[in-house]
Amino acid sequence: MFIRSNFLSTLSAGILSIAGTAAVADCVDPIKVGVLHSLSGSMAISETTLKDAMLMLIEQQNAKGGLLGCELQAVVVDPASDWPLFAEKARELLTVNEVDVIFGNWTSVSRKSVLPVIEELNGLLFYPVQYEGEESSKNVFYTGAAPNQQAIPATDYFLEELGVEKFALLGTDYVYPRTTNNILESYLTAKGIAADDIFVNYTPFGQSDWATIVADVVALGEDGKQVGVISTINGDANIGFYKELAAAGIAADDIPVVAFSVGEEELSGLDTSNLVGHLAAWNYFQSAESEANTDFIAAWKAFAGEERVTNDPMEAHFIGFNMWVNAATEAGTTDVDSVRSAMYGQEYPNLTGGTAVMLTNHHLAKPVLIGEIQADGQFDIISQTTEVPGDAWTDFLPASAVLKSDWKDLGCGMYNVETETCVQLTSNY
Amino acid sequence: MRCALFALMLMICGVPAVTAQTLQPILQAYASEIAKPSRKTVGETIDAITASGLPQIIFFLEQWSEKNIWQRNDGTFFVATAAGSKLTLTDLDTQAKTTAPKSDFKQLKPNGGVRRLIGTALVQFQLLDPDLTRRETAVASIGRRPEAAQLIPLMASIDGEFDAALKARKIQLANFLSARFAIETQDRIAAINSLSVDMSVEARAVLNQILTTSTGVASVTPQGNIAAILDPMVAPDSSYGALVEAKLAPPKQTVSDIKKVLEANIIEERIAGFPVMQMDDPLMREAAYFALATQGSVPTLITQEVRDAALLRHVFYELYAEPNAQITAAAEVARKSADNRVATAQFADLTLDALSLASIFFLAAIGLAITFGVMGVINMAHGEFIMMGAYTGYVVQLIIPNYTVSIFVALPLAFVVTFVAGVVMERLVIRRLYHRPLETLLATFGVSIALQQLAKNAFGTQARPLTSPDWLAGAWVVNDVIQISFIRIAIFILALLFLGLIIYILKRTRLGLEVRAVTQNPGMASSMGINPDRINMMTFGLGSGIAGIAGVAIGLYAKVTSEMGSDYIVQSFMTVVVGGVGNVWGTLAGAAMIGFGQKGIEWLNPSNTLAAQTYMILFVILFIQFRPKGIVALKGRAAGD
Amino acid sequence: MERTFIAKNPSVLWFLLGLSVFTVLVTIFSEAAGSSIVSTSFLKTLGKTLCLCLVAIAMDVVWGYCGILSLGHFAFFGIGGYAIGMWLMYDRTKDIVIGSLENNILPPTPDEVTNAIGTQIFGVVGSSEFPLIWAFSHSLTLQLFAVILVPGVLALVFGWLAFRSRVTGVYLSILTQAMTLALSLYLFQNDTGLRGNNGLSGLQNIPGLEAVSQATLSLWFFWASAFALGAGYVFFAWMLAGKFGSVIRAIRDNETRVRFLGYHVESYKLFIFTTTAMIAGIAGALYYPQAGIINPAEIAPIASIYLAVWVAIGGRGRLYGAVIGAVFVSLMSSWFTGGSAPDINLGLYLFKWTDWWLVLLGLTFVGVTLFFPKGIGGLFDLISNYREKQQ
Repeated sequence: MFIRSNFLSTLSAGILSIAGTAAVADCVDPIKVGVLHSLSGSMAISETTLKDAMLMLIEQQNAKGGLLGCELQAVVVDPASDWPLFAEKARELLTVNEVDVIFGNWTSVSRKSVLPVIEELNGLLFYPVQYEGEESSKNVFYTGAAPNQQAIPATDYFLEELGVEKFALLGTDYVYPRTTNNILESYLTAKGIAADDIFVNYTPFGQSDWATIVADVVALGEDGKQVGVISTINGDANIGFYKELAAAGIAADDIPVVAFSVGEEELSGLDTSNLVGHLAAWNYFQSAESEANTDFIAAWKAFAGEERVTNDPMEAHFIGFNMWVNAATEAGTTDVDSVRSAMYGQEYPNLTGGTAVMLTNHHLAKPVLIGEIQADGQFDIISQTTEVPGDAWTDFLPASAVLKSDWKDLGCGMYNVETETCVQLTSNY
Repeated sequence: MRCALFALMLMICGVPAVTAQTLQPILQAYASEIAKPSRKTVGETIDAITASGLPQIIFFLEQWSEKNIWQRNDGTFFVATAAGSKLTLTDLDTQAKTTAPKSDFKQLKPNGGVRRLIGTALVQFQLLDPDLTRRETAVASIGRRPEAAQLIPLMASIDGEFDAALKARKIQLANFLSARFAIETQDRIAAINSLSVDMSVEARAVLNQILTTSTGVASVTPQGNIAAILDPMVAPDSSYGALVEAKLAPPKQTVSDIKKVLEANIIEERIAGFPVMQMDDPLMREAAYFALATQGSVPTLITQEVRDAALLRHVFYELYAEPNAQITAAAEVARKSADNRVATAQFADLTLDALSLASIFFLAAIGLAITFGVMGVINMAHGEFIMMGAYTGYVVQLIIPNYTVSIFVALPLAFVVTFVAGVVMERLVIRRLYHRPLETLLATFGVSIALQQLAKNAFGTQARPLTSPDWLAGAWVVNDVIQISFIRIAIFILALLFLGLIIYILKRTRLGLEVRAVTQNPGMASSMGINPDRINMMTFGLGSGIAGIAGVAIGLYAKVTSEMGSDYIVQSFMTVVVGGVGNVWGTLAGAAMIGFGQKGIEWLNPSNTLAAQTYMILFVILFIQFRPKGIVALKGRAAGD
Repeated sequence: MERTFIAKNPSVLWFLLGLSVFTVLVTIFSEAAGSSIVSTSFLKTLGKTLCLCLVAIAMDVVWGYCGILSLGHFAFFGIGGYAIGMWLMYDRTKDIVIGSLENNILPPTPDEVTNAIGTQIFGVVGSSEFPLIWAFSHSLTLQLFAVILVPGVLALVFGWLAFRSRVTGVYLSILTQAMTLALSLYLFQNDTGLRGNNGLSGLQNIPGLEAVSQATLSLWFFWASAFALGAGYVFFAWMLAGKFGSVIRAIRDNETRVRFLGYHVESYKLFIFTTTAMIAGIAGALYYPQAGIINPAEIAPIASIYLAVWVAIGGRGRLYGAVIGAVFVSLMSSWFTGGSAPDINLGLYLFKWTDWWLVLLGLTFVGVTLFFPKGIGGLFDLISNYREKQQ
């Protein structure tokens, strides 16, 4: 019985693939799309979703007739949340499987691990997650948010709308919070916030003992200024943090908390009824109301299961993949250099409304959304900006303010506008 | 600008005159601002709405603040509640109810800043409202945004207040307001003096606001309520910066300024006679600049001497924003007294936190104190037993939605689950390895990775919710400084209970006697009729079962993930080893040392928690090197070796 | 002398022979030699596996021969990687910076050069100043010394303190594990100056050898790793062959008795602990340029436990056992977790190797410890016993 059903499924798969190739008969080999997301290890929970999203997008594209008359084929590998393994798998994808494009990575360290390989072999990577910026690679398109597309607008919201005068920057001790907080510190100083009014704290991954830190934050209010918390706390540690916050009875009206790494996924690990009104900033929320989003969520639930949620990096892959398809169609080839030139200025509608544009610094122009946590674990969008162009090098740190990335006209990702020289053609890793 | 303001005033005053009875036309006049309000501009709109004096405005403002106002395509505002794709609408003026499809409407979502302003506007209406919650909302609004105008209505509302707690709060707030805004100096000073014993953040905020200062620089000491004269030499560079900002001195050239000037003055590969090639030496750059300055083509170089001379020619001072010196003097005294109290309270709070951390470490380690400390078995899967307990709690909550009941079901169930797991592991694995302790370590490690992966397969890698019942949700608040959450207190009590229980079992029961006998000399014990196999099994099960209960407690206060066990395992072993193996009191001492030590290091370097953990482990390693038997070392034969 | 050593240890000869044949075969089929059978990424995997074998041998010596279950040897391995990584990063960045400053109108001052390098290296973690720990990073020679000396000195100090206090058995294991945890937490901090969680990356690009393709470079590193493994094997085999080796084994079997016989047990243990730590450092310095990146997660306590797992599965107390264990488990792990193993449909449940591999590994490990304490290497004993019986 087992053998037979297996045999049948193999058979039907074979027929399907024959049918697939028949539809796009003028193509010798399928176009290969590499998917480099961890399917095991600590990052699997976040990255498996993105792998599934890519499979769905490729399936949808094949149903539309593939690309350039060829069928798209996904090559999925598992770098297992092991950072060196990312480099190894990327090399394997580019040299052994000979993929035309890679969609992958979540953590910054995994991206830094892959960068030298992608640049050496002239590959093409679409990176879908919000990150700290300060990097520009000829071979990477950053479809997630740069700090000026998430951190800066959220801080502006604190300053303008909530009237926050004193800031607690709480983060997990790794590169994204460190860089983001550095940028924010200098941004806030430029906005006239005194250095004494900025409290910075770093905690390890998975921190659970938050009592003292929450007490420190409460004590910040002792000079009568409005206190706000900007949280770059990552993953599991958020659970302990929000539990302690709720236990201390800190309401969003007293001390608002805005988080950059907390999405629908993280909130499912705790009871949000005591956290209503605290904030998160992203480029996408599942609760965004638009036709495109309704269709996307419906397609996703049909593909992956009714209980699955959508999130910001999925939208980034959605935009990135469609832009790549359009650019390859325009260029008439999947050759990396031709596709790259065709990518500049590509436009594609966002799921939240408006249009994303690919800039010559390999970042997107996207709107920024701020949502309030609801009792059901979803976000209520209370603010949406117009499209903000992503900036690879922040203007708020002296060392990077003079740098500019323009791969189209200047042909350089790290161009010093003061000395008018290109610092380097490879990226910083 | 002034014209526009005047026109606005006219409009505000004009609107109610034109339309007397209905709110909708007023709202329509400000439709775009109401639909997309911003904290900085919405004030005028709210003022205009309240100025109309209509009875509906309270209802409208409350609903607006609660995100219940919807706008139809044609711009009309309604109060609405959504049910599926339909909306139940309530007309703002007539209160008539209708239904309509949701797609024609847009929900208004004022942000937190706007909601706070709405709250402030509602204060005047709610302060005397018969409904207690409304009055509480009003008082909370005052607490968040104290304004001078609120003082009189607040004072007036105190006498009629019958709710004791709210009345006390009103008096407290009125006191804060009069400290800042009362007209008579005596009233203010009296209020300020009373604040010196108040340790709340709000009271200190009031004092600090009164004592707000601004720094300034001038050539002679200015008039006014001066707080202090500063010594510019403490931080000469920033002082000079202030001088430059006040346009009292030319700016000091930075390295890059000098570089730019030099680059601009290159003539035939030379700068003021110095060859460009030599400019890789900072001293040569300075010399070249100096030469240029002597020629008069660039500003003089601000050297250290020039800077210091300029600093000494000026007075640097701090000026109070409050002009009345009597008030600032009283406030300074009050703040000093409050600060002293707060420092003491902070120390007490830190001690509480350390105590709580120690009890968490103790709870995580107490199972090990039995299996490792008493039996001498290394169980690397101990952390996974903690995890199993936590997941048991999670599963019980899935089945029993009542949090209180589920906790009381989960605690014994977690004990049973991990007791059984411990017994199974003892029978299958550990029993065969009693004479090979190093291999026990490795085999139990194998069990540990298998269990961890099994948990991942069963529950996913994502954290799972384990929510404490309401009576454990809050915090015990002594004052704004000293507070500790109930769940931590519960963990502390649980730790004490276990300590008592285990000491009782080991010292006062037959089982304890047999356990001690078996661990000291299994051969002799068995010849006295004790079955060592059974005793070992029971003891190991007991240790594992306690780990399961600890898991529920830890899951309640932090998180439930498949990897939570590995967060505690090394620390737990350290706790047992540093305290002294073979003694439950030792584990207590070890947990106390690690908990207090870690909080102490955190206090020294509050911005980096990771460093505290690192240095604490290093300290423990060194401690064990110099006192290998731990804090509470056993003496004599019991110590074995 | 040499002859008797080889004659006494025929396995050394067999091992070297096997290693040479393997190296030659891989070289012939590598991309650098124009073949496509061994891809560059697989060549890197093979090279890295050889380095893992070297550290596994060191672990076998310290545990299988001397009886010290150290859960810290992977930390020494990581330190070696960090030491070489600092030079690789500094020198590569220096070349970039000097290149970019060349166009400046004024020649750069030394301060400007250092600041620019600092910004390049630490800019991504939000800093630009060089921490003290980078003081020697400009010199390859000094950092190569650090590869050996830092693990050596750390092992010496730690070992001296621990052995002097007679911390033995499981207590020592727990202490070494704590040391590993402290080290990885230390490296996780950004304040340490080793780029925190990001670690050091881009290590596969060797400064000065930009013109050499990765295919060739990987082959060179593969040769270096093979040579190091061969040399390490011979070194340990020679060290353990004579009377010294007998004392070491005796300490494992009964430490007290050896002490009463007048040997200074602590010195022997300290020597073994320190030497193996230094070899682990060398293995790490060869491993991480092939991996391309090193970060604190590599040094986490679990890595050191896995090291012990390899040795136990391969067979303790025999050097080739450690090699077999490291090759077998690490290649099996990457095969099963890499998604290349086919899923098995059990009708009701889809059995995914990526999900169940760790469960199986854990249980195998329990099984091996309980029933086959000699590991895979024990099979060789069975074969030779069987032969003897036949004769």
